Amino acid sequence: MNNKKFMAKKRIYLDYAATTPVDPRAIKAMLPFFNEKFGNTMSLHSFGQEAKLALEKSREQIADLIKAKANEIIFTSSATESNNLALKGIAFASRKKGNHIIISLIEHPCIMETAKWLEKNGFEISRLSIDKYGLVDPEEVKKLIKKETILVSVMHANNEIGTIEPIEKIGAICKKQGVYFHTDATQTFGKIPIDVNKINADLLSASSHKLYGPKGVGCLFIREGVKITPLLHGGGHESGLRGATVNVSGIVGFAKAVELAKKEMKKESKQLAKLRDKLIKGISENIRDSQFNGHPEKRLPNNINFSFSFAEGESLVIQLDLLGIAVSTGSACSSDKLLPSHVLSAIKLKPYQIHGSLRFSLGKWTKEADVDYVLKVLPNIVEKLREISPYKK
Amino acid sequence: MSNRFYTKKVIEHFKNPHNLGELENPDGIGRVGNLQCGDVMHIYIQVEKDKKGKEIIKNIKFKAFGCVAALSTSSVVTDLAKGKTLDKALQINKENIIKALGGLPLIKIHCSVLAIDALSEAIYDYLKKNKRKIPERLKTNHKRIQKELKILEKRYADLK
Repeated sequence: MNNKKFMAKKRIYLDYAATTPVDPRAIKAMLPFFNEKFGNTMSLHSFGQEAKLALEKSREQIADLIKAKANEIIFTSSATESNNLALKGIAFASRKKGNHIIISLIEHPCIMETAKWLEKNGFEISRLSIDKYGLVDPEEVKKLIKKETILVSVMHANNEIGTIEPIEKIGAICKKQGVYFHTDATQTFGKIPIDVNKINADLLSASSHKLYGPKGVGCLFIREGVKITPLLHGGGHESGLRGATVNVSGIVGFAKAVELAKKEMKKESKQLAKLRDKLIKGISENIRDSQFNGHPEKRLPNNINFSFSFAEGESLVIQLDLLGIAVSTGSACSSDKLLPSHVLSAIKLKPYQIHGSLRFSLGKWTKEADVDYVLKVLPNIVEKLREISPYKK
Repeated sequence: MSNRFYTKKVIEHFKNPHNLGELENPDGIGRVGNLQCGDVMHIYIQVEKDKKGKEIIKNIKFKAFGCVAALSTSSVVTDLAKGKTLDKALQINKENIIKALGGLPLIKIHCSVLAIDALSEAIYDYLKKNKRKIPERLKTNHKRIQKELKILEKRYADLK
């Protein structure tokens, strides 16, 4: 909302899956790289060298988080770019081998749309079905792989319903069949442990702003030996895989956020899971006809998704916003294309359940008092909207 | 106008919608739904004759299962129609609603159309019940609206 008049005094941010505030320690690490160590990493002089040094140190730190080698990390501008590079880059580089790519029905729009574009350009796309919890069946991956298959891409955890996919099993199948495996780890990177060797990933995408780093920075892990065609041709940056002057300050902030995540992840996820479960329990017990979405156990520690029949999602979001609580919805009313969430549709929710869906995503600054406040005000908001609905029961 | 955000007026109507609820014995009911976004609106009217013997909308209420724009446009259309003769009420257009709200995001313009449809359906219902002549435009609208509503109500079948 753009009206200061309606801005609540109390502000509780429960939309960490959309983006996170930058950790002050990451900001502090970034600052010297704006005007002190501002050099271009491609320059030979000392200004360039100190920037290059910071870049390579950052690369090592980020590689270390997922047990990768430093030269297997390519910096990009976002998870969207990383996902575009993974799909298009593999598609173009492996064209001679085949033209078949497998994704799931609940990938992020940047994978869905990239796949659609590849489909228009001569590639064949298969989309894995999911069960009511949002889980992909690895057996279906096995069945769908054929001679022409060049890549399987399944997200690590879903951004809307928080379901964690069986990527270790999928990775093992891909390895056995000699097919590249990519996973979009945007929602899990720095949140839950990832070992690229354990999950047999050949490619993995991540974004800085989801883990308390700055916006405008992402990375793609590309296993040594994997052949990939760049999207941005230029001056040879990032081993020739992404031409463009390197965003050193952003990358340094990303690396600092990763360093902090490595140290604090375990404690943070334990704390978030506790708050998550409290919110789930409180909503289930206090709001009638509320439907919990996603998997009860195989779930991100910070994600809560519910449907409230007969109460529209955008109205719920704005009512909560008026009380200072920031959340999001999968309702068509909130979408730029007026389309209901493809994820909630894929788990076969009823149209009116999608229409009344809410996602709460917690983060390291979420307090128990915030959860209590939501539990205090939400039942009335839902009830009030149901009261004015012609379908009220 | 073209952004995604709502004006102060929209939020005011959303926070405190006018003429919310149902009428006990309405003279006409208009039920509409938008197939694309899934919003549903019901408008109830009470018709009486004024001093000059002209039929006016004496009272009007609405219910809606919909977004901020759906609620605020319903609120405004009921405000605009209240006290008006049936002919005048049928002249309310989406521009009147948008103006009263100080603007609507482009993607939400269809909500104002939905509110007008609900009002015209309520008037159609009143005219039909009283075996009165129904303007051609209302008849055509009625056919379209009913077709859409049928599909939508099927989607929401187990809500009833």
